[in-house]
Amino acid sequence: MLAIVDYDAGNLRSVQRACAEVGVPAVVTASPNEIREAERVIFPGVGAAGPAMRSIRSAGIDTALVDVFNSGRPLLGICMGLQICLEHSEEDDTSTLGMVPGQVCRFRLNNPKLKIPHMGWNNLRVVRDHPVLQSIDESVEFYFVHAYYPQPKRTEDVIAVSTYEKEFCCVVGFKNFVGTQFHPEKSGRAGLSLLERFVTWEGNHA
Amino acid sequence: MLSKRVVACLDVRDGKLAKSVKFVDTKDIGDPVAKAREYYDDGLDELVFYDITASSEKRKIMLDVVESVADQVFIPLSVGGGIRSVCDATDLRLAGAEKINVNSAAVRRPQLVQECANAIGSQNVVLSMDILKSRIDHETPSGYRIIIDGGRTDTGLDALEWALRGEDLGAGELVVNSIDADGTLDGYEIELTRMLSDAVRIPIVASGGAGTPHHLFEVLTEGRADAALVASMVHYGTYKVSELKHYLSSREVKVRMSW
Repeated sequence: MLAIVDYDAGNLRSVQRACAEVGVPAVVTASPNEIREAERVIFPGVGAAGPAMRSIRSAGIDTALVDVFNSGRPLLGICMGLQICLEHSEEDDTSTLGMVPGQVCRFRLNNPKLKIPHMGWNNLRVVRDHPVLQSIDESVEFYFVHAYYPQPKRTEDVIAVSTYEKEFCCVVGFKNFVGTQFHPEKSGRAGLSLLERFVTWEGNHA
Repeated sequence: MLSKRVVACLDVRDGKLAKSVKFVDTKDIGDPVAKAREYYDDGLDELVFYDITASSEKRKIMLDVVESVADQVFIPLSVGGGIRSVCDATDLRLAGAEKINVNSAAVRRPQLVQECANAIGSQNVVLSMDILKSRIDHETPSGYRIIIDGGRTDTGLDALEWALRGEDLGAGELVVNSIDADGTLDGYEIELTRMLSDAVRIPIVASGGAGTPHHLFEVLTEGRADAALVASMVHYGTYKVSELKHYLSSREVKVRMSW
């Protein structure tokens, strides 16, 4: 069973619909036990880091996610869901789950014409092979909405980068965790095929 | 780098697709769900649904439309029309809308923008502004003023002042809709779009007047808009979304060309 973690983050139905579109029914759940028992887990999210962390802590979802990660089952973080899996976020100076070594930083742009949040469609450049990003070339675009981006400590955990004035990490891969800063559920066919690859991925990544 | 977006706007009345010219003469022109699907398949970047249903008892129909569209269209979906409270916004979000557009109710009660931003995040709150060209005087120093209630009520409020206030209150994006240009197919209001785009640090969606691919090119370059909204020119089949994108791409405007 595929579980989508529910923590009042809003965008859950879209993720569930996108999974249904690629032929995988998913349950949306806030139950730590259901999350622990799932074969694979999607941790979506929008909103701010501070409230999101408070919300998953008070529901006991934080430890359930760490258990899923430690058990080796495939775990996909989307947007805020990805950010929370690193160690610390500059947003609200928040300590996060720490499964993936690294930080979440705010965009600091020199060009005053560039708007924050970085919102819209952007390309990515795959810098390291990953089963979930197979056959994605640089012409493919994904939908982003964010003001903060992940910065893994180890360069080998950076799977893809995107450019907004300068390059930033937009896909993180660490063991059985993969995270996208963009929203695959809102990224048309490119996003759906990414989800399709996630739902068949065994969680193995060098 | 970010691509410029092509956004299609579907006015929905009692669950059916409608289109007006200068905000009057509204006609039913088809099934919004089928149109949404068609545009999605043809490379559209974002959809906006505007509920122009007159009676409040029929408003639930809109939630059904949003749900049906969200089931088969996997691009950002924005919904507006008659949103007066965080509760209205949340209902639409649950039905599958990504972004919520507020308009008249936000002019009457500006805190609505703030409340929605707190509840669903600034990036999901769009301030939609219907704007009429005016004399430049002390009341409307920018030369443009805000009209609400679908073109029926003149607020006298200066458009530039309202845009800046909206950004302060937490709007994540502005839709700049020129009533003078609406449905004319004569081109966007470039001057107005550029003025507002230069004044704020949130994205601008230009709306009203698109009739040819070149109009999109103009507003995305000279007008400095982040997105161009189209309606009549695609609803009546004059142009396909993919044609618009091919044209923009051939003129070196960065748009998403892989879908």
